[in-house]
Amino acid sequence: MGTYKYHILVCGGTGCKSSQSTQIVQNLNEEIKANNLENFVKVVTTGCFGFCERGPIVKVLPDNSFYNYVKPEDATEIINEHIIKGRRVERLLFRDPVTNKPVTDSKHINFYQKQLRIVLRNCGVIDPENIEEYIARDGYLALYKCLNELTPTEVIDIIKRSGLRGRGGAGFPTGVKWEIAAASPGPEKYVVCNADEGDPGAFMDRSVLEGDPHSVLEAMAICGYAIGASHGLIYIRAEYPMAIKRLKIAIKQAEEYGLLGKNIFGTDFSFDIELRYGAGAFVCGEETALIHSMEGNRGEPTVKPPYPAVSGYKGKPTNVNNVETFANISPIIIKGPEWFASIGTEKSKGTKVFALAGKINNVGLIEVPMGITLREIIYEIGGGIKNDKKFKAIQTGGPSGGCLTEKHLDTPIEYETLVAAGSMMGSGGMIVMDEDDCMVSVAKFYLDFTVEESCGKCAPCRIGNKRLSEILDKITKGNGTMEDIELLKNLCMVIKDTALCGLGQTSPNPVQSTLENFWDEYVEHIVDKKCRANKCKDLIHYYIDPENCTGCMACARKCPVNAIAGERKQVHVINQDLCTKCGTCLETCKFNAVYII
Amino acid sequence: MSHIKIKLHENQLQFIKDTCKEFNYEPGELINILHKLQDKFGYLPSEVQEVVANELKIPTAKVFGVVTFYSYFTMVPKGKYPINICLGTACYVRGAEKILDEFKKQLNIKVGESTPDSKFSLNCLRCVGACGLAPVVMIGEKTYGRVAPDDVKKILSEYQND
Repeated sequence: MGTYKYHILVCGGTGCKSSQSTQIVQNLNEEIKANNLENFVKVVTTGCFGFCERGPIVKVLPDNSFYNYVKPEDATEIINEHIIKGRRVERLLFRDPVTNKPVTDSKHINFYQKQLRIVLRNCGVIDPENIEEYIARDGYLALYKCLNELTPTEVIDIIKRSGLRGRGGAGFPTGVKWEIAAASPGPEKYVVCNADEGDPGAFMDRSVLEGDPHSVLEAMAICGYAIGASHGLIYIRAEYPMAIKRLKIAIKQAEEYGLLGKNIFGTDFSFDIELRYGAGAFVCGEETALIHSMEGNRGEPTVKPPYPAVSGYKGKPTNVNNVETFANISPIIIKGPEWFASIGTEKSKGTKVFALAGKINNVGLIEVPMGITLREIIYEIGGGIKNDKKFKAIQTGGPSGGCLTEKHLDTPIEYETLVAAGSMMGSGGMIVMDEDDCMVSVAKFYLDFTVEESCGKCAPCRIGNKRLSEILDKITKGNGTMEDIELLKNLCMVIKDTALCGLGQTSPNPVQSTLENFWDEYVEHIVDKKCRANKCKDLIHYYIDPENCTGCMACARKCPVNAIAGERKQVHVINQDLCTKCGTCLETCKFNAVYII
Repeated sequence: MSHIKIKLHENQLQFIKDTCKEFNYEPGELINILHKLQDKFGYLPSEVQEVVANELKIPTAKVFGVVTFYSYFTMVPKGKYPINICLGTACYVRGAEKILDEFKKQLNIKVGESTPDSKFSLNCLRCVGACGLAPVVMIGEKTYGRVAPDDVKKILSEYQND
């Protein structure tokens, strides 16, 4: 890292940028200039550190000091104290949530201890806009090795032996996919990177593209060499402007260095990469839909076969892999398939990146070996449930996945075990829910998403999911019957069996898994007309406890519909006919007099 | 199509034609062309779509089909300050619906509408990837994190004098 004594790494991921990390960089640089320290310390904007909960994050090397919740005005103190006087700024250091003591070295932070970073190896470490930093960490070495020492068949064999499976969700063996594409005849083939990350609550692909774009470019070139393609396309969401910007910079730099383009490393292998933009359609994550969208059409899926590996973009053999899958390729080539296969479980090799979010203390991006348990993720890495509430469920796999509960906490995480438990790996979103979340409402939330995102081509998805959503709506409004549950169950099965693509075939998962794991809650909504989480507005009523009410009139004044009657110093009463259940009175009351039944 | 009827200026017409030319009149580039036009005009009214269809020699219905398929494209103009409430799962479980309700109440408009003075428009989106800051609200390019219902009034007041 040059001759600088200190490097200050500032997170430039989307989360931290949203909380002024750009300003922090600017202030640090101004302070450095003011103190004539330009040759002594260097500020680097990196990709995501993963610990988004604590953002913005600033890390100082070589001593690994990990500053969290940094504000732009803290720049002066960091430079004056840490850099000039060599004393850590204690108040900004990460504090262990249990002991409340500051942790001086980031290696000892619980959040990172159980992680194993292969995909995220460079995120939060290098400057993603500088190709030399990538090269300094063995970047493009794997491509060199492939082009000069290995035949395409050998490359495919290495990927096959590593046991790597598609990280987009379904888990198809990557090496086999490459093999099929390589075997397809024809001089014109395409390598496509699926960066249309659409699962709500999943942001790992974005972090890789923002933090380490070259790892994807290099892997795409390796794939091109293996299957005999000379064109690569990255299909990326238009909603990810920063990832697009960094990819463009990375492609340009790689071309300048002769690592993309004609005759790479002086061999006769040529490979170029261009970007294609999505326009906000969840279904385009499905590979046939994605290809139609790249061709300028509506992103509607088509029946497989033919598989894209045989007939894809422009009718030519096309290999589609997800961002995270590609990010695994270079380390496998360099360290060998045996190394990769030694990580994880028998059927699921390597690591998986998860976006941990929801009611959890440490929201962020984590990478863990396959086979880790949910308990380790939630309580050790995630730091437990927010506000010490009771854990209720963890939703994995986005709208195609399901809710797992207490009884699944010790199940090792693999593709197969998650499916057996009624969920799926999906792209890796993990949303933690606590006792305040109503599981019927959660199922409805996902169904509403599917209804909105269904492309409308096949009837089971277009009409079936709409009906599912309507029945769930009826139940959350207290109008459901037990027959509705039977109807839900049957409809779920029909949709699963008959929908055209992966979106429709998995869309009933949130309903089925909540029915399976939270049957009591459905029954309560239907029979007792009760929502135990107090989420379903039609099933709850606000009351004022005469014991606690002091007659201060605060709630009556705030009530937007004037539903609260009562004079000063007299007990107030809520008119149930007028009440819209907005909850303002509950938030306003300082005497805990408002309660919900 | 859209209820809004507009007349394109000569230079706007030229911009559309130039854009189509820049992409070699290639129908496969339709989405890229529409991206560029929406960046320029802010939205894609039917008049714009008709010109594109003519230039690329494809049916207007095909252009309309693509515009309406993708949620990123819009046929109605957005407000000066477009407000986007993230309704991704992480924001949802941390109370994004209450934030949305508060914006609706304060602005007195529904989702997908603009205020009568075209100052604000209100929309929802699915996950901006800043789940650590949930619930998240975006106004234009600016992101507001860890928003509480009580903050909404204060946030809107930042734009009062514009």
